Amino acid sequence: MNIIPGDGMRKCYFDYVATNPLHPEVLNTMMPYFKEEFGNPLSIYEPGQRAKKAIEEAREQVASMINARPSTIIFTSSGAEANSFALKGMAIAKQNQGNHVIVSRVEHHSILSSARFLEKSGFVVTYLPVDKYGFVDPEAVKDSITKETIVISIIHASSEIGTIEPIKEIAIVAQERNITMHTDAVATTGNIPIDVKDLGVDLLSMAAHQFYGPKGAGALYVKRGVRIVPLICGGIQEGGRRAGTENVPAIVGMGKAAEIAKSGMSRRIEHCKKLRDKIIEGVLKIPNVHLTGHHGNRLPHHASFVVEFIEGEAMLLMLSMKGIYSASGSACTSKALKSSPVLLSIGIPTALAQGSIVFSLGMSNTEEEVDYFLEEFPRIINRLREMSPFMKKKEGGSKCYTGG
Amino acid sequence: MWEYTEKVKDFFLHPKNVGRIEDADAIGEVGSLICGDALRLFLKIEKETGEIIDAKFQTFGCASAIASSSVITEPVKGRTLDEALEITNQDIAESLGGLLDEKMHCSVMGREALEAAIANYRGEAIAVEEKGRLVCKCFDATEEKIRKVAIDNYLTTVDKITNFTKAGGGCGGCRPEIETILRDIWPLRLPERPAIPKKLTNLQKITLIQEIIETEIRPRLQADNGDIELIDVDRNNVIVALRGMCAGCLMADVTIKGIQDKLRELISDDIVVEAQS
Repeated sequence: MNIIPGDGMRKCYFDYVATNPLHPEVLNTMMPYFKEEFGNPLSIYEPGQRAKKAIEEAREQVASMINARPSTIIFTSSGAEANSFALKGMAIAKQNQGNHVIVSRVEHHSILSSARFLEKSGFVVTYLPVDKYGFVDPEAVKDSITKETIVISIIHASSEIGTIEPIKEIAIVAQERNITMHTDAVATTGNIPIDVKDLGVDLLSMAAHQFYGPKGAGALYVKRGVRIVPLICGGIQEGGRRAGTENVPAIVGMGKAAEIAKSGMSRRIEHCKKLRDKIIEGVLKIPNVHLTGHHGNRLPHHASFVVEFIEGEAMLLMLSMKGIYSASGSACTSKALKSSPVLLSIGIPTALAQGSIVFSLGMSNTEEEVDYFLEEFPRIINRLREMSPFMKKKEGGSKCYTGG
Repeated sequence: MWEYTEKVKDFFLHPKNVGRIEDADAIGEVGSLICGDALRLFLKIEKETGEIIDAKFQTFGCASAIASSSVITEPVKGRTLDEALEITNQDIAESLGGLLDEKMHCSVMGREALEAAIANYRGEAIAVEEKGRLVCKCFDATEEKIRKVAIDNYLTTVDKITNFTKAGGGCGGCRPEIETILRDIWPLRLPERPAIPKKLTNLQKITLIQEIIETEIRPRLQADNGDIELIDVDRNNVIVALRGMCAGCLMADVTIKGIQDKLRELISDDIVVEAQS
């Protein structure tokens, strides 16, 4: 299904981890709150109270998606805000109990940068290594805990490699030691079933635009009884834990998107998984291409690879000329000219990380699109490899990295 | 993503002269898989005239790396080796309609490949990179390379160096060292250059001329194996001697003119620079 307007050329949007298109029903639900229902939820007269009722309903919908009580949901502006809030807010709230924080090396920048901020403020941070699939070992978590440890934050699934972490096992470790456990579930919420009681976490971050909701809406689940220091100070919104007049349309949209995600989850997973497996199978037929992340235990809509001898940005641009939109963690794609730390942390050498390419799927994608992609992608790889000085070397038998 | 000019897009999507020359007379290789870009330039050279008659390239890298490689293969044809060496990385960037700062290192790589190929043909030490002390281990950048690029492109900050050479962009461990190199090249930080009083005494003028020659002009000439010595200052006439590769260089007049422009810009409009006869 073509969701991107343009020149009539086929467009395949394969970058759902970047963002999702808005579900049409979500947009319809949001519309009144851009227009006539403009009231401020704090106002005590009718229009204000209607807005208040709308965000409370959204709170119930989001809570229901992750099997939590509505009062545990704090709306934020984004997943990054939820992550920063969780890490900084918890560390500061518990600073009289200790100063040690544990995160993994495959965290999103919003966690890593918050961790660096805490380090500068006098906290001690452990960055846990991961194995070649990107898994954090719960035993390693246990070993790195000290008397000072107050917070553990491990990502639920990295949008770069798709591997789903053993959060439940890690949360058990945290619980035993009475340490607060947070998980960044931005990539997973709405895409795979999440039950906070089953996962056993104290805090969980999510973002609406990862499940067909609007941008500008995120949420942090904070278990009842867990004290957190606000990141944004001011008014009494969100129980005094997140100040600022609520983004009512976005919150309403997030609620609706959560409701649709919950009811349509198994159908969505089935749809994406089928296409994902087809992509993985097709792409791995190309020589010298490797899957990154774990084969089975990965996001249902996520396929990520490293391609030898060529560079990700060039691949990405050639694909985009064919109307196929994807992502890459190569250094040249990033403004900072740095390779993705996630790829380096799973032991991929800098050279190979240059050939990173990530495809992520959604409900708009079809089997025909995948067929079209599987036809074009090998051609693009060949074209770039023909230009590459490393291909010939390999054929000639001289030493070159083969990814093994 | 497409923050590239139309010319970059065009050279990337329809690159000219891709491939190898099997019986190439000169091959220049720069970069490596680790660096994230690598370029191999093949030249066919007419022995009698020293003229480049064909050029092809192979590139591993992003769109601007491919475009920078491709764009250099056309103008070198028909030039002699010395003429080809006049092409600077700024020329490459310019003929692509400009490059974003963080992609400038691609133009530097194009220029280096050309240098390496010509050095290869002349039987000189091959890789520019092999010379000198290694500063950035992540991206294989030597102190010499950093100095040269900094001076050629007037780079004054570590971030700029990273954009132009990638040095400092990996683990970041060498950033303080790059800072030291930059302070050594540009001892007077540009924004802190003392304001020049309207009326200079003779002594002040001479000191200022000396300072500018030492800090701004000499390093640039030395980077090209040349040198300069200030012989005398007589009112507004500045007499200098060109040394090293600059002595007897056909372009000496241009160099003298360049020095004069610089001194006029920084001191006063009526300065005349002459080479010692």
